[in-house]
Amino acid sequence: MTPHRRERALVRPHVVTGGRAHPTRNTFDVVTVVVATRASFSGLTPEKRRLMELCRGGPLSVAEIAAHLSLPISVTKVLLSDLFDSGHISTHAALPRTAHPDLQLLKDVLDGLRARL
Amino acid sequence: MASAPVSEDIYLPRTVQTAVKLLIVGHFAVGKTTFVGTLSEIRPLRTEETMTQAGALVDDLNGVNGKSTTTVALDFGRLTLNDQLVLYLFGAPGQQRFTQLWKDLAVGALGALVLADTRRLEQSFEVMGLLEEFGMPYAVAVNDFDNAPSFPDTELREALDLLPETPLVTCDARDAGSSTRAVIALVEYLLTRPVQENA
Repeated sequence: MTPHRRERALVRPHVVTGGRAHPTRNTFDVVTVVVATRASFSGLTPEKRRLMELCRGGPLSVAEIAAHLSLPISVTKVLLSDLFDSGHISTHAALPRTAHPDLQLLKDVLDGLRARL
Repeated sequence: MASAPVSEDIYLPRTVQTAVKLLIVGHFAVGKTTFVGTLSEIRPLRTEETMTQAGALVDDLNGVNGKSTTTVALDFGRLTLNDQLVLYLFGAPGQQRFTQLWKDLAVGALGALVLADTRRLEQSFEVMGLLEEFGMPYAVAVNDFDNAPSFPDTELREALDLLPETPLVTCDARDAGSSTRAVIALVEYLLTRPVQENA
């Protein structure tokens, strides 16, 4: 339970993001699913290259990308936002942002959970 | 002590269309990390988020006293429910000072499961207050610690000041079946809630 100290990245987060604290777009949720769409990583910063190398293997959520790269979620969103703008990634499984999710979605969740018992 | 099989493959199925999230919340050491780890199909992951505002108090953690950084760890796990739908469980700290984190996590979350400990029921009030502030529906699961006293549901409901419709279940956060049933109780409750726009 006690949080153990994680190895710190050599480069400080604000360097990774070019000094920015906020992404260029606000479309990334922690569970937004990211898919790599471009195989060429040329011109990318080392952190973005790492991110693309991770995402090349298959779809992952924003939170998983952050955890695998040991980056804060906020920093990860900035990087993803740039990579989205440059056409390196696309997103799907966008989260419904309504206050009340539709019944069918909840039923699907319930069925999936019951099937695990 | 059954637990979900851990997949070596870290990636989601390429067929996934929708990802949803539930929050697993509660006070310190109530079993959030255990609960998430028990249900997750992947090795539970941890990410850190830096808070923009310094907390007024530090966590009551032995050995970490004096730690005044504003970094909070988020543990989360994943359950692939079918080839198109994946559920994420986020263990979120229950303190008021993490409100910013909550804003990020709560948007789009289906609901929350409050883990409670019968030895420290009063410590659940802060997190239930936060959930109500965010308008997030929740169920309460009493984590059945080996040495914790058990009480009749009516007494627990009274002690926790629960609304009549709020589900109250008992679970063992170390057991996959028991923990799954607690999440099911929450989702069943979400389905009964009266306002369902876009349904």
